[in-house]
Amino acid sequence: MHIDPWILAFAAVTVFGTIWMGFRSAGTAKTASDFFVAGRSVSVGWNSAAISGEYLSAASFMGIAGMVMTSGYDALWYPVCFACGYLFLLLFIAGPLRRFGAYTIPDFAEGRFDSPAFRRIAVCFVLFIGFFYTMPQMKGAGVTLAYIFPGLPYWVGVAVVGAVITLNVALGGMKGITLVQAVQYWAKMFAISVPVFVLLAIYGSYGSNLNANKTHLDVPAPMVGQAVPGASSAASSVVRKELPATAPMDAKWISPFGALTTKPATAAGLTGAAAKPYSLLYTYSLIIALVCGTAGLPHILVRFYTNPDGVAAKRTTMWVMILIGVFYVFPPVFGVLGRNLMPELYEAAKKVEGTDSIVLQLPRILNEKYGILGSVLSGITCAGAFAAFMSTFSGLLVSLTGALAHDIYGRILRPKSTSEQRMRMFKVFAVICGAVAILLGLAVESFEITKLVGWAFAIAATSYFPLLFLSTWWRGMTMPGAATGMLIGGVLSLLSVVSTMIADQAPWATSWKTWYAARPLVRTLAEQPAIWGLPLAIILMVIVSRATRSKVPADVRMKMLVLHAPESLGLKQEYIKEHEGVGH
Amino acid sequence: MATQPTHSETAAEVAEKGDFLHSELYLTQLMRRQLRLSIVCGLAFALVLLAIPLLNYFTPDMMATRVGGFPLTWLILGVLFFPFVWIISWIFIRRSLAMESAEAQRVLDGNSGR
Repeated sequence: MHIDPWILAFAAVTVFGTIWMGFRSAGTAKTASDFFVAGRSVSVGWNSAAISGEYLSAASFMGIAGMVMTSGYDALWYPVCFACGYLFLLLFIAGPLRRFGAYTIPDFAEGRFDSPAFRRIAVCFVLFIGFFYTMPQMKGAGVTLAYIFPGLPYWVGVAVVGAVITLNVALGGMKGITLVQAVQYWAKMFAISVPVFVLLAIYGSYGSNLNANKTHLDVPAPMVGQAVPGASSAASSVVRKELPATAPMDAKWISPFGALTTKPATAAGLTGAAAKPYSLLYTYSLIIALVCGTAGLPHILVRFYTNPDGVAAKRTTMWVMILIGVFYVFPPVFGVLGRNLMPELYEAAKKVEGTDSIVLQLPRILNEKYGILGSVLSGITCAGAFAAFMSTFSGLLVSLTGALAHDIYGRILRPKSTSEQRMRMFKVFAVICGAVAILLGLAVESFEITKLVGWAFAIAATSYFPLLFLSTWWRGMTMPGAATGMLIGGVLSLLSVVSTMIADQAPWATSWKTWYAARPLVRTLAEQPAIWGLPLAIILMVIVSRATRSKVPADVRMKMLVLHAPESLGLKQEYIKEHEGVGH
Repeated sequence: MATQPTHSETAAEVAEKGDFLHSELYLTQLMRRQLRLSIVCGLAFALVLLAIPLLNYFTPDMMATRVGGFPLTWLILGVLFFPFVWIISWIFIRRSLAMESAEAQRVLDGNSGR
C-alpha cells in the first residue's frame, strides 16, 4: 500500500485543525442560545464565509468536477443553479424568516400556524432532507480516504470522518462549527483554485482546453498524441491523451442535451432530434429542483438567524453569493482538464476510483515533470475535500440534532426541561444522529455524489420551498393546506426519485428498469420530479387552505406584520424565552 | 381575507387604534411593495436562466460558436451567469434596504398624523 506522504500530511492538518478549532470554541459556548444559533452575535464577514463554507459540500467540491468530466455541458446546470438558488432565497424568503425570529424551521411552522402538530410534520422533513444530504458527504469521505490510503475499504473512511465530526458537534454545537466553517471556505477556495491555476499555466487555458473538444460545427481532429492541427483559430497546442472507447464523444460531451439529460430517452431507443424534447424537459425540471431546493434546505436557512439583524442577514446573502459564485467557476475546469489529461478515469473499475475523484487525482500528473509539486497540490485538494464534507456534515448534524433536541425534546417531550438538560440532550442526540448518518453513508457507495444531492434538493423544492414561500406571502394559508401540500408534494417526489434509483441499481428490479425504459416521458418526470411536484404542492396548498378557510390563524395580520415590517419597529417575537426575565 | 379599506375607513381605523402601524392599509401596501420588488428581480433572473435551454434547443449553431475557445453557451453558463446574478442581488439589496427605512419612516409619519 503506497501512501503519498504529502497528501496524507495535508489531509491530517485539515482534520486535526478542525478538531482543535472545535475544542477551542467549545470552551466559549456556554448557553443554549450559543448552541443553537451561535449566540446571535456572528458578524456578516464570518457568517458569509461560514455559510459558504457549509454550502460547498462534497458535491460542489468533488462531485461537480466529476460530473462535468463524465457528462460535459449538462453538468454545468448544477453549479449555476446551486448559486442561483441563493438569489431566490434572498428575494422571497430570507428577510421575512429572519424577522419572524424563530430558531428553526419547525419553529416557524408552529409559530406561523399556531400548530404544534405541524411542527412535528416539519421536523420530519428536516430529518428526511437532512439525512439525505448527509449521504453524499459520507460518499465523498469514503472516496477521499480510499484515495489517500489506496486499498482502504470505503466503510473505514465513512466511519472515521463521521465519528470526528460527531465529536466536534457534541462538544461545541453551532458556535463550535461557525469558526471552523468560515476558515474552511477559504481552505476550499484555495484548494480548488491554486491547483487549477498551476494546471492551466502548464496545460493551456480553460478556453483552449475546451477548444480541443470539437462541437458539431468544428472540423473533426485526430485524437492521438499531442497537438491538435490548427483547424480553428485559438491556440492549438493543447495536450490531449487518447480517449478510451467508453468515454463520451466530443460533440455530445461539449454540447447541451448530452448524456445526462437524454438518458431516459436513449433508454427508449430515441436518438438525436427525437430525444431532444425529453432532454429539454429534464433540463427544466432539474433547474426548478436545484433553484427552489436551495431555498428550501433547512440546514442553510437556519443560518439566517445567526446574524444580529435583518440588514446584516441580507448583506450576508450577497456575500455568500459572491463567495460561492467565484468558487463555482473552478470545478468545471477540473472536469475539462481531466477529460483531456486523465481520460483513463473513464474506465475505472470501481466507482470509488472513478471520475468523482478527478479533483484529487488530477494534480498528481505534475509529478512527471515537476517532482513533488503534483503531490503537494493533490494534498491540497484532498484537504479541500475534507473541508468540504466535514463542514457540510457538521452543519447538517447541528441542524438535525437541533431539530431533535430543541423541537422534539424541548417542546414536545419535555417542555419543562431546563436549559442545561436541553444542552445535555443535544449532545446525546448528536451522537445518535451521527451514528445514523454513518450507517446511511455505508449504504450509498455505488451512487454518484451529485445525484444524491439532487434528491435532497428535489424533496426540498417540492415541500419546504412552497411552504415557506406561500406562508410568507399569503395570508390565506392554513395549517391543513400547508401540511397537505408539503406532505404530498414531498413524499411523492421522494418516492419517484427513489424508484428510478432502485430501477437503475437494484439487481432484483430489472423489470422496473425495462418498464421505465419503454416510457421515456415517465422516466424523465420520475427522475426529476420538481417540474410537477412543485406545482402540485402549491395547488394543493391553495385548494386545501381555501377549503379550510376557518382555520386561518386569528392574528394572521400581526403575524404578517412581523414577517414584513422593518425590524426597527420592534415587532419581532423572540421565541427562546431565556432572554426574558433573567438577564442574558 | 378582508377587502381593502377605503381611505376614509383607514383614517377612522387609525384614529380608533391611534396606530397606523397595525392598520390594514399599511400592511397591504408594505407587502405589495416588497412582493413587487422581489418579483421584478426574480423575473429578470428567471427569464435569462430559462431562456438558455430554449436558445440551446432552437439556435444550437449560434450557441456553439467559439469565443476564446469556449462554446458560447459554455461561456455563458460556466462563467458569465455568476456576475449577472451578483448584479441582480446588489440591486435588490439596495432597493429593499431603502424601502425598509422608508417604511419605518412612514409609520412614524402616520402616527404623528402626517
